Amino acid sequence: MSEFQDAFVQAARLLGRADPELLEIIALSLRVSLTALVLACAVGLPMGAALGVFRFPGRRAAVTLLNALMGLPPVVLGLALYLVLSRSGPLGFLGLLFTPTAMILAQWLLVIPIVAALTRQVVEDLHEEWEEEFRSLGAGRLRSLFELLYEARFQLATATLAGFGRAIAEVGAVLIVGGNIAHVTRVMTTAIAMETNKGELSLALALGIVLVALSFLINAGLVAVQELGRVARG
Amino acid sequence: MSASRGRSGEAGRHRCGPALVVVALAGLLGSAAAGPAVAAEAAPYIVLASTTSTRDSGLLDWLIPAFRARTGIDVRVVAVGTGRAIRLAERGDADVLLVHHRPSEEAFVRAGHGVERFEVMWNDFVVAGPREDPAGVRGLSDVAVALARIARGGHLFVSRGDESGTHKKEMELWRAAGIDPHRDWGAGPGAYRETGTGMGATLNVASELGAYVLVDRGTWISFRNRGALDLLVVGDPLLRNPYGVILVHPARHPHVKAELGQRFIDWLLSDAGQARIAAFRLEGEVLFHPVRDVDPPAAPGASSRRIGSP
Repeated sequence: MSEFQDAFVQAARLLGRADPELLEIIALSLRVSLTALVLACAVGLPMGAALGVFRFPGRRAAVTLLNALMGLPPVVLGLALYLVLSRSGPLGFLGLLFTPTAMILAQWLLVIPIVAALTRQVVEDLHEEWEEEFRSLGAGRLRSLFELLYEARFQLATATLAGFGRAIAEVGAVLIVGGNIAHVTRVMTTAIAMETNKGELSLALALGIVLVALSFLINAGLVAVQELGRVARG
Repeated sequence: MSASRGRSGEAGRHRCGPALVVVALAGLLGSAAAGPAVAAEAAPYIVLASTTSTRDSGLLDWLIPAFRARTGIDVRVVAVGTGRAIRLAERGDADVLLVHHRPSEEAFVRAGHGVERFEVMWNDFVVAGPREDPAGVRGLSDVAVALARIARGGHLFVSRGDESGTHKKEMELWRAAGIDPHRDWGAGPGAYRETGTGMGATLNVASELGAYVLVDRGTWISFRNRGALDLLVVGDPLLRNPYGVILVHPARHPHVKAELGQRFIDWLLSDAGQARIAAFRLEGEVLFHPVRDVDPPAAPGASSRRIGSP
């Protein structure tokens, strides 16, 4: 169990001396995961809301597919994306393999189903509740869609956080399409996997502690903003 | 929800949700903080497909800065098993290949994927196992005899099972010992276990199970979680492990940075590169032997252990 003690000591030491390599890795992790998250929200929120509001043939199948994709193993997506981005693949000419952009792409694809599926659930419930009202106001479905997205924004923050959790914790896909290259594509999770394979268990655990702390801060920040919003709304 | 219902009309200008604002701000901060890394991307670089043994031992962290200081070329290392590294190179996803399984390397060049194979250096494999050594192989000079004893006695053995250079070497050694590890195991199947993962992960398993394992010396020395494992068999010429470097063929993959890649290969084979390899020490031990005799510089080599350096 001494690994746990060592891990906490090492985590404190790494943060205490602001280890430049650690900071670089943290910054890249945040850049990749947050960019992926924002882009995934840009797609997933409207997509989920549309599925929640519009009625069309095949909708049920689309919802089921979306829910199933929430469980897509990152390593499978990583492998598929690798084959696409590889120089011998259809998009190889872009030269994106082993770059942060490829990692953003991977996480974007992984987060979209989560954000969209959770948004669909929230918006659909709200829509059923308010459908009559919208109809009496003569609001079209597109209009209702945006109204509902706005009204549900606090619940959607949870969907956003779930998406962020998926992105920041994911290792299988970014390892394959990023390559865990030092100073270029090494993020927290790939560094943890690498240190584990080097038998540096305490250090791996220390990096894990830092990652959890980081995730906690971001979640806490979001909750604080939510609370402020609630207060402001009275 | 319903309390704000009346306001939804006028407020429905869809201002960004506060959640998204926070996220976007944090994203910008992250990008700003990552600025230096972005700038570094502009420097000329090659992608080197190599093995975990060269990265995790610290060798590449020792060689690459010296090469960069001389040429201004950065080397981006993707460290995977030899089998996967070769497949990466075949698909054109690397410029240079630095791996350790000669027959596969020669096949790679023969198939037109690589220009030419140059032998750069060698290190050696060792057999590690539980300290109490139930198979009694400690100190044997013949690795084939040692492996046969482990197998016939039905002792636990953990194999990479991942088509890496180490795994391929292990298969050669079983052949030399006249053993089919999947059939000829004393205690029946189950004692020979394949992890299908990297060297470190496999060592973690061996250390946990108290099993015998074939490992390259570099990974062994740098490995931190040996538990009750000891070094048992070393020094058999069969255990020698040559590393080859190959430029991925630009005729097959036109985007390959042939000129930059060739400069890296030339440097590795030059007096300076060979001396740099000879000067590398891990915890005071010589790990990699250059193929040419060079005068090792007087300065003691110290491996700089990167993230995370303890």
